[in-house]
Amino acid sequence: MTPSAPDSELRILSHGMLGYGFPVASLERAIEIGIDLIAVDAGSTDAGPFYLGSGALFGAREMVVRDLHMLVEAQENTGAPIIIGSAGGAGTNRQVDVLLEALSEVLIERGLSKKVAVIRSELDKSMVHGSLDEGRVRTFETEEALTHGDIDASRHIVAQIGPEPIMAALRKKPDIVISGRAWDVANVAALPVSLGYPKGLAYHLGKILECGGQAALPVEGSDLLVGRLASDSFIVESPHARKVCTVESVSAHTLYEKINPMRLPGPGGIVDLTRAHFEQIDDARVRVTGSGFEPSPDYTLKLEGARQVGFRHVAIGGIRDPRMISQIEQIEAEMRSRLAQNLEGRVEPDAYTLTIHRYGLDGVMGPLEPTRKPAHELGLLVDAVGDTPEIAETVCAMARSLLLHWGFPGRIATAGNMAFPFSPADLPAGRVYEFNIYHLMEVDDPIALFPFEILEMPR
Amino acid sequence: MKLGEIAKVVRSKNAGPFILTFDVILADAEAFERLRASATLTRETVARAYRVSPNEILEFDYYPFANAVKFSLRRPVPSGAPRDTDVYGAQQHVPLLEIEIG
Repeated sequence: MTPSAPDSELRILSHGMLGYGFPVASLERAIEIGIDLIAVDAGSTDAGPFYLGSGALFGAREMVVRDLHMLVEAQENTGAPIIIGSAGGAGTNRQVDVLLEALSEVLIERGLSKKVAVIRSELDKSMVHGSLDEGRVRTFETEEALTHGDIDASRHIVAQIGPEPIMAALRKKPDIVISGRAWDVANVAALPVSLGYPKGLAYHLGKILECGGQAALPVEGSDLLVGRLASDSFIVESPHARKVCTVESVSAHTLYEKINPMRLPGPGGIVDLTRAHFEQIDDARVRVTGSGFEPSPDYTLKLEGARQVGFRHVAIGGIRDPRMISQIEQIEAEMRSRLAQNLEGRVEPDAYTLTIHRYGLDGVMGPLEPTRKPAHELGLLVDAVGDTPEIAETVCAMARSLLLHWGFPGRIATAGNMAFPFSPADLPAGRVYEFNIYHLMEVDDPIALFPFEILEMPR
Repeated sequence: MKLGEIAKVVRSKNAGPFILTFDVILADAEAFERLRASATLTRETVARAYRVSPNEILEFDYYPFANAVKFSLRRPVPSGAPRDTDVYGAQQHVPLLEIEIG
């Protein structure tokens, strides 16, 4: 039973990434403890722009189905609603549909029917154009103003919704909520805030629970985490028998992936942790008090968009010859200029981007690498991104063969400069995207753009 | 001593697709205060470690609640765009390990 007033404790089970899995024992123990809400994050920008650009499902579908089976079973045992945000990785409409199909498959297999609320958060481009014209789109961490061209170029534009559209859907008492892109806090906080728990505590708990078991020790693989929310505090604990939450592990997680850990901006305001207090109440549990929420004068939504920049073709090869390794910078520069000459009249210089990743020199850190000393062997990843698959293939093949046969001062191994592990040496690597929208949009109403739909599933 | 020898956690990670954020966590309040008092882990020393100017270091601060030091840096290339080398940004911490702590 879901508590109806904030004088009782609300027990929230969180899974930080749908499809990453979790130990069965953790779920069983959480069911023993009792849970009132199962909150699941299914996405992030972390894996890069591909999932937003393509609309492809992040992670293995089989693993998503496995997690859904177990969570639906947990719902059968507890009656707790399941709220899944950022469906499919990026929360596009296509990914929401893929997740609904996966859920349908699970329900059919288990012979269950469920009331499912669906919230879509992919935006119509004309709406975003209109907001830009009205001066309601703000520059954010890209430090570049949004243009109409960016909107047109974007494959999908999603808004990170706040808890409010989910709260609206919860009034219809769905068993399961599946939402497009959502602030990671929203999955956890929507139910408690709608029940009257304070926003500051609910949002802070959401921030801690959003990565699931990461705030518990030892961190080993993906796991679940439990929060017990009261009207004046919350408690964080791991359902895993051998894992503990400490002031250290919970406060360290507060730092994670954020620029300023004391003031966390989100839709509608800032989670203010300047007066938050972490207290160890026993060996394995931490109580948090004092977390606040500061509403902003304007409600803003974070927009995310990705455009396709081209197609990729790659080649991987190793260099062992110390004479080549010591001259690699010079050889690469000369090779690039010869490549441009060879392509003249056939491929325009702005139709491709060629990157030579040099593992063993600066392949991991690129321009941030302070150590300029190469290892005894270098791995080169020839990475050609072209406007068409043919351009990418041509640039990759030509760069690879120029490097293979480049004549450099002191060269005595005249048969070839690189060792290729594969035949063919060159591999197509599909479409390439980049984030081209990462801006804030003011809205008058946090809900109006994101109406919910109720489905009886399976259909 | 080098920072890598005294810190309990030194890590980097994306804070969104455009920012890298760095966390240095000390084992306890005593180690944290000793580090802070040494004035050897500063906006200037981390800027030098990454060969950027100090004003490119974002929100450098000491956080006693977590015995932690934190700062951020704009990514040279946004996550996953052409020329990026580290989509998750999780392997950009190493220059911090070598900072000499007095």
